[in-house]
Amino acid sequence: MASIEARFQLPFPGFALEVGLQLPGAGVTALFGHSGSGKTTLLRCIAGLERAPQGYLQVGGVLWQDSSQGFFLPTHRRPLGYVFQEASLFPHLSVRRNLEYGQKRIPAADRRIALEQALDLLGIGHLLERMPDRLSGGERQRVAIARALALSPQVLLMDEPLAALDLQRKQEILPFLIRLHNELAMPILYVTHSPEEVIQLADHLVVLEAGKVAASGPLAETLTQLDSPLAQGEQASSMLQAQICGHEPEFHLTQVQFAGGVLNLPYQRTTPIGTRLRLRVYARDVSITLQPPAQTSILNVLPAAITGMAHDDEGRSLVRLSLGGAPLLAHITQKSAVQLGLQPGMQVFAQIKATAIL
Amino acid sequence: MLNDEDLGAILLTLKLASLVTVILLLVGTPIAWWLAHSRWRWKSIVSALVSLPLVLPPAVLGFYLLVLMGPHGPVGQFTKSIGLGTLPFTFQGLVIASVIYSMPFVVQPLQNAFEAIGTRPLEVAATLRAGFLDTFLTVVIPLARPGFLTAGILGFAHTIGEFGVVLMVGGNIPDKTRVISMQIFNHVETGEYAQAHWLSAGMLVFSFVVLLALNTLTPNPWRKR
Repeated sequence: MASIEARFQLPFPGFALEVGLQLPGAGVTALFGHSGSGKTTLLRCIAGLERAPQGYLQVGGVLWQDSSQGFFLPTHRRPLGYVFQEASLFPHLSVRRNLEYGQKRIPAADRRIALEQALDLLGIGHLLERMPDRLSGGERQRVAIARALALSPQVLLMDEPLAALDLQRKQEILPFLIRLHNELAMPILYVTHSPEEVIQLADHLVVLEAGKVAASGPLAETLTQLDSPLAQGEQASSMLQAQICGHEPEFHLTQVQFAGGVLNLPYQRTTPIGTRLRLRVYARDVSITLQPPAQTSILNVLPAAITGMAHDDEGRSLVRLSLGGAPLLAHITQKSAVQLGLQPGMQVFAQIKATAIL
Repeated sequence: MLNDEDLGAILLTLKLASLVTVILLLVGTPIAWWLAHSRWRWKSIVSALVSLPLVLPPAVLGFYLLVLMGPHGPVGQFTKSIGLGTLPFTFQGLVIASVIYSMPFVVQPLQNAFEAIGTRPLEVAATLRAGFLDTFLTVVIPLARPGFLTAGILGFAHTIGEFGVVLMVGGNIPDKTRVISMQIFNHVETGEYAQAHWLSAGMLVFSFVVLLALNTLTPNPWRKR
């Protein structure tokens, strides 16, 4: 599997990008950070749109940049696809000619993704003869994504492709992105400042802060790292990878299986058994008991081990649990943590009040 | 109506202006590109030099060109050494002088057009595997077409209307350097007001049509969005 090795040092006035990363050669890697964290700059360095004076970049075993040898492959020679934040279609070309622009510039032997496949994946077949100014914002962005895919790139770089769109357009495009993730083998680097998009799309997570890598690793683990910026505050949550294993129409419930056991979810009438899905569990919806509660209205109670704890200044504790290997965060009061005598290594029970299906 | 000399002057003027416009587009495009994209700190000096003919009296420009290209000037020495003779009072000399004189009228609309395009379409083209020349031909020129149109029309019209530089560098040689404005001057000098009227009225109509064309063909050439 082709992996990506990237090291960059790029000084800016009042800011410096200093990263060293080893990224997987498959799946979606989210580059997450707040504005000014350097995530877009990092993506531009990988694309060669920005030339870091100190840089080393290797993609799938092929060298793209090595400043120590003075080697720098210009952007147009890098086998990548790039989706900009705003769609940036060529205004003087129709949708079809926008799509063909890149494709006809790569050797025929490298065309692994047919134009039809790209059209299909993004659902834009009916827009081919339109000019870009006759498209909605969401349609434009879908064309831009298809245009990048039609290059059959070895890596797809996406710079906040949804950030310029309103909520409705976002909801329109996200399913297409999830399809890309499921149907294409190519690695995707996805810059975002939205935790929702990270949890919905990413397999691997890189958190950037002030130009440096604050955390990097598989999504479920990195998301629940106690010191990760994503684990701070009210939005702290965990991602569980699950599979539907049963329906109970009479109770309006659906059961899903994950590494830590079986969970009851609100009834998923239309989703067949066997479907894989991602669940988002907010840390505030998870509580902890020492004994398995005999009589409780909470359906989802599962055995768990405490793997870490952190306390904040506002009387709250963030507890990291492992449910059969699946990491899960729980927000409880510091008082409860003391009264229950919680310690890393303890066996407890996690009560999950709610889950969101993504 | 117009006599043969008048027609000769008109033909010569059109020939001069066409040639100068072609050269200006070829030379002015890289200069305008450089001015639009360079981050060199002394860029404004080059920009001022190119714009100089906008404010410099044509007679001053013509005088210096005459000195430079004359038998004792450095350009004149050079052209003599490669066997071209000296350039003042020749058609070639007039072409060179006109190119310099009309340069800002071509460079500025192009520079504005390039700046309006910005860097994003260039970056997009690069991520779609287009090299520089490819990008220039398939993205920049189509997007900057109104700028090229404005530049061409202004360069052509401005060359047709020049007088002071012609007087200094070109002189008044029939079929070589005697352009329309010189011919009008000749008619007035010799009291042939009717002839002067015909040519002047022609220029008036031409100038008006040019400006009308500029306003209708391009959205707003003076201040591009």
